[in-house]
Amino acid sequence: MKKFVSFLGGNVTGALNEFGGFMLTLIEGVRALFSKPFRLNLIFKEMEFIGVNSTIIIMVTGVFTGAVLALQSGKAFRLFNAEGVTGAVVALSLLRELGPVMTSLMIAARCGSAIAAHIGTMRVTQQIDALEVMAVDPISYLVAPRIVASLGMVPLLSIIFNLLGILGSYAVGVMLLEINEATFFDRIYAYVKSEDLWNGLVKAAVFGVIIAVVGCRKGFMTEGGAEGVGRATTQAVVVSSVTILIADYFLTALMF
Amino acid sequence: MIEIQDLKKSFGSQMVLKGVNLVIPDGQITVIIGASGSGKSVLLKHLIGLSQPDSGKILVSGTDIAHLDSYHIKNVRMRFGMLFQDGALFDSMNVYENIAFPLREHRRMNEEEIRLLVAEKLKQVNLPGTEKKMPNELSGGMRKRVGLARAIVLNPEIILYDEPTTGLDPVSSQSIDDLIVSTQKHLNGTTVVISHDIRATLRIANKVAMLHDGKIVAEGTPDDFLTNPNPIVRSFLDPAILHAKLPSRKS
Ligand SMILES: Nc1ncnc2c1ncn2[C@@H]1O[C@H](COP(=O)(O)OP(=O)(O)OP(=O)(O)O)[C@@H](O)[C@H]1O
Ligand SMILES: [Mg+2]
Repeated sequence: MKKFVSFLGGNVTGALNEFGGFMLTLIEGVRALFSKPFRLNLIFKEMEFIGVNSTIIIMVTGVFTGAVLALQSGKAFRLFNAEGVTGAVVALSLLRELGPVMTSLMIAARCGSAIAAHIGTMRVTQQIDALEVMAVDPISYLVAPRIVASLGMVPLLSIIFNLLGILGSYAVGVMLLEINEATFFDRIYAYVKSEDLWNGLVKAAVFGVIIAVVGCRKGFMTEGGAEGVGRATTQAVVVSSVTILIADYFLTALMF
Repeated sequence: MIEIQDLKKSFGSQMVLKGVNLVIPDGQITVIIGASGSGKSVLLKHLIGLSQPDSGKILVSGTDIAHLDSYHIKNVRMRFGMLFQDGALFDSMNVYENIAFPLREHRRMNEEEIRLLVAEKLKQVNLPGTEKKMPNELSGGMRKRVGLARAIVLNPEIILYDEPTTGLDPVSSQSIDDLIVSTQKHLNGTTVVISHDIRATLRIANKVAMLHDGKIVAEGTPDDFLTNPNPIVRSFLDPAILHAKLPSRKS
């Protein structure tokens, strides 16, 4: 029992430490953003990496997420003759939850890991020391642009995810399950409010920041050569995914 | 002049620097020697503020850099250049961008001026025309030379070298040593070199200091060193000197 308590205690303090580290990284990153120089081209470069280069995966996952949702819910609603609301149900789940959450989980896997690997490699090969020696703030050079880019791109990607998801549900619902097209869209207009979209986008923005901050922090803290980089990469994905899901709960509780 | 006063540093329970006292004179080459793991790299990191001491002072022209805030430490670092053990080149940039990096960060220069300066520095380190190469396409010796070009592109007053020749063949080592000397002459800068290579040390140094068990156990000119009776110094020097004499005995 004693062992268990100390084990638990150790883990809790560990987690709090981690959380403190993430907050510190975020604060430093934001501060670096407002001090000279403003690194616009680095921000664009990261936006290209996080945003443009992820578009295809997000489109594909979006279509199939929407399609499978329509398939499941459409069949269920048909049992009590309510298949007309399929589109609305899918759209609501996408806008409020699945769009932001799935998008950011995909981006955490694709970009959070890459951020940690890149910064971690720079750490273990002394490239970060080299930055400091050349009087360049590594936070301003490496962290701040990624936070901005991720903050901007994850919401955009989640919009794409939502659109493609609704398209997927249309394909399954109207073409496969033969739901009346007019009812399908009518119900969407009736039930979905712009608030649902905005709240979803706020979530996506928060998740975007989580991905960048966790990836950067894990990269910065990397120790111990190639193995350490591998560890940092894995941890970045795991920690940011879990944090996203936890944050999602609290954001939902606050918003809806 | 850099003055290190009673510098102490521990990692956990391991005390690496146990009170280092050393004066590094201006406009000369000071070489720090010592066994592997004796704390040479740790000492060098303190000189440029990458590592904070537990106690003691590091005076660079009279200012203690050990406890400066980030703004002031930046200004101090502008006076330094450092060559890392394996170059620490940015591996996402080609040679040109690596050397241009400090210029883009700290100087207002147009692309043409940057191009000329980069070409000049590359020529200075005997690597003309390699601008387009990526770091992973370079050999260890070439990476160090590019690292050197990057370190000196802002004409620093003080240059630090962490084991510039370790792991290189004798010919490349020699050419790096020559570069250290010619760069020192060219910039008339203060130079600190960490080295394992006794023969090169004795050849290029104006001053030699030996770090052992966390302290400077001997310092002086290369000639002082050759005659130093301290057993620790002897055990470090003798094998190398014997080795050095072999070829001449044969001829
Ligand atoms: N960041 C660190 N954390 C913990 N211990 C460290 C750290 N940096 C250095 N050490 C320890 O300090 C000691 C001295 O290390 P240092 O790298 O200065 O040796 P060195 O003299 O440069 O050796 P070499 O010639 O092999 O490069 C080593 O025992 C090392 O384990
Ligand atoms: Mg070393």
